[in-house]
Order: sequence, then structure tokens, then C-alpha cells
Amino acid sequence: MKAFTVHEGIAAPMDRANVDTDLIIPKQFLKSIKRSGFGPNLFDELRYLDEGQPGQDCSGRPLNQDFPLNFPRYQGASILLARENFGCGSSREHAPWALEDYGFRCIIAPSFADIFYNNCFKNGVLPIVLSEEQVEQLFAEMYAQEGYALTVDLQEQKVLTPSGEVMPFQVDAFRRQCLLQGLDDIGLTLQRADAIRAYEEKWRQQSPWLFGAIK
Amino acid sequence: MAGQTLYDKLWHSHLVEQREDGSALIYIDRQLIHEVTSPQAFEGLRLAGRAPWRRDANLAVPDHNVPTERRERAGGVAAIEDPVSRLQVQTLDENCDEFELVKFDINDVRQGIVHVVGPEQGATLPGMTVVCGDSHTSTHGALGALAHGIGTSEVEHALATQTLIQQKMKNMLVRVDGKLQAGVSAKDVALAIIGKIGTAGGTGYAIEFGGQVVRDMSMEGRMTLCNMSIEAGARMGMVAVDDTTLEYVQGRPYAPQGEMWERAVSAWRNLHSDDDAQFDAVVTLQGEDIKPQVTWGTSPEMVLPVDGVLPDPAEIEDATQKAAVTRALEYMGLEAGSSISAIRPDRVFIGSCTNSRIEDLRAAAEVVRGHRVASSIKQALVVPGSGEVKKQAESEGLDKVFIEAGMEWREPGCSMCLAMNADKLGAGEHCASTSNRNFEGRQGFGGRTHLVSPAMAAAAAVAGHFVDVRNWEGAGQ
Ligand code: SF4
Repeated sequence: MKAFTVHEGIAAPMDRANVDTDLIIPKQFLKSIKRSGFGPNLFDELRYLDEGQPGQDCSGRPLNQDFPLNFPRYQGASILLARENFGCGSSREHAPWALEDYGFRCIIAPSFADIFYNNCFKNGVLPIVLSEEQVEQLFAEMYAQEGYALTVDLQEQKVLTPSGEVMPFQVDAFRRQCLLQGLDDIGLTLQRADAIRAYEEKWRQQSPWLFGAIK
Repeated sequence: MAGQTLYDKLWHSHLVEQREDGSALIYIDRQLIHEVTSPQAFEGLRLAGRAPWRRDANLAVPDHNVPTERRERAGGVAAIEDPVSRLQVQTLDENCDEFELVKFDINDVRQGIVHVVGPEQGATLPGMTVVCGDSHTSTHGALGALAHGIGTSEVEHALATQTLIQQKMKNMLVRVDGKLQAGVSAKDVALAIIGKIGTAGGTGYAIEFGGQVVRDMSMEGRMTLCNMSIEAGARMGMVAVDDTTLEYVQGRPYAPQGEMWERAVSAWRNLHSDDDAQFDAVVTLQGEDIKPQVTWGTSPEMVLPVDGVLPDPAEIEDATQKAAVTRALEYMGLEAGSSISAIRPDRVFIGSCTNSRIEDLRAAAEVVRGHRVASSIKQALVVPGSGEVKKQAESEGLDKVFIEAGMEWREPGCSMCLAMNADKLGAGEHCASTSNRNFEGRQGFGGRTHLVSPAMAAAAAVAGHFVDVRNWEGAGQ
């Protein structure tokens, strides 16, 4: 996983509440057995005027010129500004894969759905919760200024606006550490294999009926 | 010290270690696997040279992509016409062979939607932690289990370590008191709860469903309710173990037997919240007040009682809310201020992990028995949740009731719930659907979903528009 320390990038809008993972990456693209290549189909139904098919080359498809990510001013954006309950719905990790593959490293919103929030950290994408007012302010500043860029410092846990305003954010210590170092959490957990085995043995003694083998 | 909630008990009994940074390592008793969210997890194991920690803790079944037409299904995996779907199902087969995991084949009578199959086979049991790379894993909480959806990285983590790194959730009690009116089902209760607390109302919480209405519910009903916890924002929903739970579990293929059963039961009797347990939030509903529900918009919280009238954006103050309602009305092709009963579905879908169990099919069959599907309906699909459900329904003659009414009786799978196979809506078509998500495009590009109970979907199929199933006597015939 890519480490995340300090990131500076152009901000782009996803200006609606309750953006669900079906909207982030429609189901026909879930048929892929790979982890990469989802970027061209991020927000597929909003970005293009036709219905996208898996495996299709997207470069010739008709673009929805009203969709902000297609505006010249947001090209190369790597920070997504979003509204409440971003990432609700299905648990598909294809959603953060698509965001990451498109080039987003950070999503800022007043709230996120739980599973999506968790999935982001596993893929080097940092979801940041700021207050409604702060998010509103960032949207307003972004709309007012072409090329609006933010700096996100995970080490210091703050977002820096172009005018130098600092917005601190919270993130739990374990996820922060993993992201800062780009750690593989399976490797980390396996360092605790003895503790898992000890627990498992005790649990098996205590609840043997839960250990009936699937066969 | 205050007592513990059911969630607290399940959490503490599975705690491998609590860390100072607030995260915890939780032991996983059961992992269910399907074809869509697992290929990248197996690939990860392969690349790292890792093996599953406990093979016999996993059960795999293909469901999302499988064709539901008898003709296509009969030929097995090799006959799946869509090459991309076929590859995904084949990949599951190959991965299960390589990693030596048990899998039900697509024409095995035990095959079905993973959340129907788990409880039905006794593969998911009270007191377990259950995970699956699917957000509706919350369904299994109906058994008094701690069950929730995970992403693909976590599927890999659970396979490799039999644990997950988790943060403890807050506790929410959703209590439904009193009794339900005839014709009102668990689906209506679930939608009414979401209508009340919103799709983010349960975010950060584990929900326990309680109250007389839930105690009176069958296991099928409780599964419907827990299934839709995620639509209320909660990763997990659960119901305390009682006699209904135990009667359901006893005798299932993977359930404990004999002396082991007795021991399990005495432990499971403790799987309820203590009387003095503290919840961080309590939401109450009165059963008698709940009417049949119909969603009109593109989020499950955009729901109304069947006699309701669609909202008018002009009357909404909050700007984000106003924009959402305006956009939803436009997408759905509906007028502000029009009535729910004026909505005319083009297609009807009875199925999905929310409502494809035997009781759901009985409720739908009861409504259509002796009637015909309205001529304005292009298609009415009935898709049982598993081969076992299908077999049971056929032994009761329900398939004939549906077919005589002009409905299609299909092979088990997710089908039109998310339209990854050939079953889908055309652009602009309205669907009366017993599934769980009415997101834009969910059931097909440009499709318009209305979430309802099986009885309501069946009544809409016959009447050609939404009707109040509480007044159903073959109304309009
Ligand atoms: S029936 Fe629908 S919601 Fe349930 S597992 Fe299948 S696709 Fe997901």
C-alpha cells in the first residue's frame, strides 16, 4: 500500500449527499477479478452519457459536460470534496479502488459510511471528516477559485487551505500509523499469531459447537 | 457496573486483544464467500504466499452473477452466457479448489444467496462472529450473532488470520412495541425505521432490534429486519436469542447435535442484553402505527406509507435536502404532490436476500392466488433465495400459483436485486421490488426502483399500481 504523509493537490467537487457506492462504481464493473483499472469507470453513470460496459475503452465515450469532474478546471484533481454520508450502500472495495485509480488520495466530507471509511484506509486513500461549516467553506472557496488546491498533512492531522487557514482533523491512531508507513495489516496481525492461537484454543474449549467444520 | 448489551457480550467474547490505540483484534468464527468480492483477496494470498488460517471456517457460494433462467442454468458454470460473469464464477471455483475451501456449486440444491444459505444450512449460528464481503451480512445478526459486511482487503485478512482489526461500535436499541396490523410485515418495519432515522441514522452503531413486534416475528422476519440495518447506516443489526431462534436452528445440517446441542443451547440462552444494559441511543416505534411502506426516491430513506403523497421541493428549507428531493423526483420521473398509489410499475421483482425466504414467497403467493398479473406489467419475476427454498415452495405448490398468475419462476440467485446477470430494468422502467436498495441504476441503467414487501409487490403486480395490501381481497378484480 502507498504510504500517505503529506499530500498537496487540486480539489474537485462531488456536491451531493448520500453518494452511494453504486454511484461511485456501478455493478457491471464489479465483474473484474482484478484490483486495478477501475479509474476510467469512477462515477460512470454521471461521467458519461452512455451506459458503460466492462472492458470497454472509455476514451471514445460521450462525456457528460455538466459533470464537474469533466470540467477542464478539475483535471488532475486528487482531493475530493463531498457531502454527508459519502460511500453508503454496498461494501464493495471497488469504490476506493476506483477513486484511487482515478487519482484521488483524499476525500473530505462531513461524514462517511462505516464500511467505505474503513476500506479507504486499506487502499492508501485518506477520508477526512470536517464539520459541515468547514466543508461548506471549502466548497465555496473551491468554486470561487480555479486551481484551488489543499495540503493535507496526516502526520500533523491538518488540512491547509491556500489562504493559510488550518483545519485540524481526527483519525484513530492505528489507522493513521498504518497509512503513514504504508503497512500491510495482515503482516502486522500475523506477528500476533501466538495470541490468536491462544485465544482460539480457549474459545474452542469454551464453545466447541462453534467449531463444527464446514465440509 | 451496568449490564452488558448483546453486542457487548458478543464483542467481549471474541476479543483476542484490545490495543492502547483503541483498535482491537477480533476473532472470526465464520466467513462466507461469494464470487464478486473474493477474487482479489485470493490473489492477495497467492502473491504473499499465505494459506487460509482455518479452512473449515469458510463457506463459499456463487450468487451475484448466476443466471436464473432454467435453460441457461442447467448447463452449469460453463454455460453462463456472459463471459465476464462466467469468468468470475469460474475463478471462485478455482480459488476454492486451490485453497481447499468448501463451495456449493451453482446447481447444488444448497446453493443460493449467501445470506439465505448461511442460516438455512446452520453454517451461521448464534454467538458467532460472521463476516462476508457483502454489506448485507448484517442479516445473520437475526440469529444472535455479530455479523457484518467487510471489504475485500478484510476478506483477505480474515482468511489469512481468522481475525479482523476493529473498533467497537456504540449501542443502539430500536424497539418496536405493540403489534403489527394484518398485511404489515418485517419489510415495512425495516423501511419505517429507515424513514424515521435516515440512511445515516445508524452510522457508528450496532443496532439491536427489540420490543414485542420483534419478539413475535419469525426468523425470516428478523432476517429481513437485520438485513436492512445497513440501509439505516449500521454495519450490524441483531436480535436476542429466544425459543424462536433455537427452533429455527435445531436440526440444520451444520448445527450442533445431541449433547453438543444441549451445551450450545445453555450458552445461547445468555445471548440477550441484560435488563440494566445501557444503550447510547434508543429509537422506539409503535407497531400499530406502521403502514405498508413504499419508497418513491433514490435512497431507502425516501419512503412513505402507501397512502402517502410525494414531497414538494418548494416546501423544503434545507438546501441539500431540497436538491436531493428535486433530483430524486426527476430521476424517478415522478411529480411532487402525486400519490404513491398512482405509481405504475413496469416490472415486479420478488427476491433478494431481504425477501426471498419461504415465508416471503408464501405471503406473495397468498396475494396473487387466483389472480392474473395486470396487462401493463412487462415482467414479474419470482426468484427464490436458495435451492432449498425453491424445493420447499414447489412442494407447497407456490410455483404453480405464481406461474398461473403469469409470473416467472426462476432459479435461485441475486438476480434483479443488483442486475449483474441478465435480469434487469430498462431505462425509465419502474419496478416494485422486494430488494433493499433503490439507488440510481441499481437494478439496471436508468431503472427506477420502489422498495416494498413481498405482499405489496404481489398486489402491485395484480393491480398494476401500488395498492394497500391491508385492504386486499382481490381488489379491482
Ligand atoms: S440479493 Fe442483492 S443485496 Fe443481497 S447479496 Fe445479493 S446483490 Fe447483495
